Amino acid sequence: MGLAKAVVRRILFYVVIGFGTAFFALPVLWLLSAPFDDTPTYAVRPPREFTFGNFAEIFENRYAFGSLLNSVILSIGTMVVVVTAAALAAYALSRARVPGRDTLIYMLLLLSSVVTGTAAMVPIFLLIFQMGLIDSHFGVVLVLSGGLLPAAIFLLKDFIDTIPRSYEESARVFGASPLQILRHIVVPVARPGLATIAVWTIVQVWGSFLTPFILLRDPDKQPAAVLVRTFYTEGGSPNLALISTFSLLYSIPVVLMYLFAWSRYGFRFHGGIKS
Amino acid sequence: MGLGRSRAVGFIAPALLLIGVFLVFPGVWTLYIGATNFRLTGVAARTPDFVGLDNYRAALGDETFYHSLWLTLLFVFGSAVIGQNGLGFTLAWALRDTRKWLKRTLETLVLLAWILPSSVVAFLWVAMLDRDGGTINEMLGNTPGVAWIVEYPLLSIIIFNIWRGTAFSMMLYSAALSSVPPSHLETARLAGATGTQTLRDVVLPHIRRYALTNTLLITLWTFNDFTPFLITATDYDAQIIATYIYERAIVAGEMGYSGAISLLVLLINLLLALFYLRVGRRGSR
Amino acid sequence: MHRSIGRFVALAGLLVVVTATSGCLGKDSGTDNSDPNAEAKEFSLTIATNAISGGKNASGADWIEKYVIPKFIEDQKSKGRTATVTFQPSGASDEDYKSKIALDLRTGSGADIYALDGIWVGEFADAGYIKALDDLVGKSKVDGWEGWSQIPTSVQGNMSYNGKRYGIPSGTDGRVLYFNKKLFEQAGLPANWQPKSWDEIITAAQTIKAKLPGVTPIQLNGGTAMGEATTMQGALPLLVGAGQEIFASGKWQGNTPAVRETLGMYQKIYAGGLGDPVLQQDAKGRDKSFQAFAAGKMAILLEGDYFWRSVVEPEKGIAKMADRNQTVGWAKIPSIRPGAGIRGQDFVSMSGGGGHVLNPSSKFKQQAWELLQFMNGKAATVALLGGAARITQRQDVNNEVLAADPMLSYISKEVLPLTAYRPGFAVYPRVSQALQQATLDVVSGKSAADAAATYQKSVEGIAGGADKVVSG
Repeated sequence: MGLAKAVVRRILFYVVIGFGTAFFALPVLWLLSAPFDDTPTYAVRPPREFTFGNFAEIFENRYAFGSLLNSVILSIGTMVVVVTAAALAAYALSRARVPGRDTLIYMLLLLSSVVTGTAAMVPIFLLIFQMGLIDSHFGVVLVLSGGLLPAAIFLLKDFIDTIPRSYEESARVFGASPLQILRHIVVPVARPGLATIAVWTIVQVWGSFLTPFILLRDPDKQPAAVLVRTFYTEGGSPNLALISTFSLLYSIPVVLMYLFAWSRYGFRFHGGIKS
Repeated sequence: MGLGRSRAVGFIAPALLLIGVFLVFPGVWTLYIGATNFRLTGVAARTPDFVGLDNYRAALGDETFYHSLWLTLLFVFGSAVIGQNGLGFTLAWALRDTRKWLKRTLETLVLLAWILPSSVVAFLWVAMLDRDGGTINEMLGNTPGVAWIVEYPLLSIIIFNIWRGTAFSMMLYSAALSSVPPSHLETARLAGATGTQTLRDVVLPHIRRYALTNTLLITLWTFNDFTPFLITATDYDAQIIATYIYERAIVAGEMGYSGAISLLVLLINLLLALFYLRVGRRGSR
Repeated sequence: MHRSIGRFVALAGLLVVVTATSGCLGKDSGTDNSDPNAEAKEFSLTIATNAISGGKNASGADWIEKYVIPKFIEDQKSKGRTATVTFQPSGASDEDYKSKIALDLRTGSGADIYALDGIWVGEFADAGYIKALDDLVGKSKVDGWEGWSQIPTSVQGNMSYNGKRYGIPSGTDGRVLYFNKKLFEQAGLPANWQPKSWDEIITAAQTIKAKLPGVTPIQLNGGTAMGEATTMQGALPLLVGAGQEIFASGKWQGNTPAVRETLGMYQKIYAGGLGDPVLQQDAKGRDKSFQAFAAGKMAILLEGDYFWRSVVEPEKGIAKMADRNQTVGWAKIPSIRPGAGIRGQDFVSMSGGGGHVLNPSSKFKQQAWELLQFMNGKAATVALLGGAARITQRQDVNNEVLAADPMLSYISKEVLPLTAYRPGFAVYPRVSQALQQATLDVVSGKSAADAAATYQKSVEGIAGGADKVVSG
């Protein structure tokens, strides 16, 4: 032990932190220079002609702020559905003995990662069309939830499996109903897991393009991930100035949501755990 | 037990309903389409024919399919199993007790890589690896620069994907680490265990199942991730399965072929999952 | 519990079978020519295009919202009818937009008027998604429109299939060789450069290579990374210059002399160090070629008039050139040798362009046809340009507005008479991919003969047999 080891460990710590910061910060540099450049290219460089004109142009775009709001609606809506349904299901699957449970979860998980993209688009569109949910946020939330739920249940079950059953048993002795047990005992203890799933869901929905694009019609309902694809010319070339500027604005709400959700619910929580 | 049968069904019903209607139903339908020559446009859109196993025969008889499969395995192993897993855990471990501002800053950066839409991160990485004025070449002072994406396409997308997806592993591991009861760590410390010993004997047993879950999930996601296409386009040396599907099925609108490949990919993913479970189970004994 | 899951899966399976057999996948709705709403005094219509205010093709979107809709409503009011017209914008890649409208049309829902790329008309018609105008609104009404006489037959052909008109085209474009006059001057080449054969292009590029180190002499799009840009701004203009169209008399070009000559030209440029072979494999290669040309680091570039209007345009372009009007020169694309191009031409070009079609499921077909005519009338077409020049479908408008823009009037007068169009078949995109692959093979070092032989095999597979492919 001793000083030398502590110093080595400190140095190692800073190397990891330094390397991590550089690795994750470098690619983002473009996002800090291009929005202020009159004619951005793929080179990272100080703006050749410094301008706020790109921001002005985004502010003038009448869909820009509505689209961010739509993204918030879709991601929060999906998050609520996924977290609630996944918590209920994961708890039941963790506590009740269901034959073939693991196989079922794995199969759904596999299906959810494969049945995405254009291959599944035709059935999904026809399904939503028959349900009369084309051009509604609700339809998009349902489709996205269905796709995200298997992974959410899978993840959450791990967290719930580790909660000692003794807690629930003592609560039951005092006459608590299963729903009360879930709310007052399981949910608080599984909070880091729930926060992980909540953030994961929001991020998945935030970046989701194909489903909202195919299912929505009214431009005032489109989320930001769809709007960012409109900053191209009719020849299909990207307008780097507008794309970089909007991307900067686009990432702010998620970072804020993350910081909020994580600092509020993602903290280690050990109140009452003595095991 | 403790949860009545009917109540268990009630708890599970909302999730099962959503999954059944919006995932299983279109999923099974997609697999059915894989047995037809259906296309989104053209004559085959009007009257698709049932072609049985023809699409599967075409895929399995195509050597570029195997080429893509092999590259995908390298890609998944390098970027997800080793890269995201390793870096995610390292960051979660290094940041567990560190100052709040440092933790938040780094976490936000890692998260940023994860939340930006794929069309945008592609631009970021082109700017990073570009031959003319890309960040890496500028830093190395290379003139003329190296066209990293063209010269080292697979390596480029592996590093890209580590950057892109580490956030999830980091988040999951820090949630998992926070569920290691502090009393255990305290006991280890009092017993005079070194950091490595603590990690091995106290932490790892506790997070083993999360590691398995994490590896399984990121493998599945990476396997089916289409984003690298935006960086390497049609480069044959980086043509992973997702890109293969795009080229063969989406551009040409061949939904039938695309549905068939989806089932093949599903089966391959199933094998991978079984392999992980086996390894995981052996490890826990 | 377990049983209920099983029941659920069984139910889902049953649903699949029912929907599949009830024909959701194989939709074939009968045509209903009786139109109960033909004389409706009150109607509502929707226009959907791949344009959106503030984004992709913003001027087209603003035109519909600010001119077409209010003016058409006004016009209908004067006829005693109440019209409600809504605009459904999109701003997506062509592929995504195409999928979206294909799904709408498939379900018999969606807008009344759709913007469609001319190259999609055949596949949409084959799928039964769109129908000939004559079948939808009646031959006499279609023929009665004054506008047809202003639209050249070749441009009308862009929205036709099997000899029937499916929609009204909304303009076209043409391809030329752009060159940087300042670089040419430095290399001692003429500012009014006009090569008369492929060899003269090579000679000019060699001069630039010798005199101006650091400048890429020529960019001829190749490789698979650029997708259709390789075909339209590279392989096909060369192919027509070698005397062949990619599809003619029911057969695709395979391993033919024209294809080998086309690939040989790629070889001369890229093996000869006249082009930048790395750019061809770069996912952003086309964007980068724009940036390089705008920065004066590339001397010759084969592109469409879109390059002039939207890329190097001094105010709003994505790779602005403040001195565009002085610096950018253009020349017609020569045939391999004078007189060796298609139809014995000395010079050639390729064109594309879109138009608008009617949704066969529209509730108000007659009114939608009226709106379509209105959108393509002279006044509306002039309004679309809003001062900016672009080649429209109408000759009367082109004659008036293009005079202000020397480049576009050049395309309209000199290039369009020489041009050719792509075939609108569902398999075309895959033939195009095969051709892109052949150019990539050559750029990465294969011989033209080998690349052409591989290409022949691919096309046979795609077209469904050697009898559908010309070779030899």
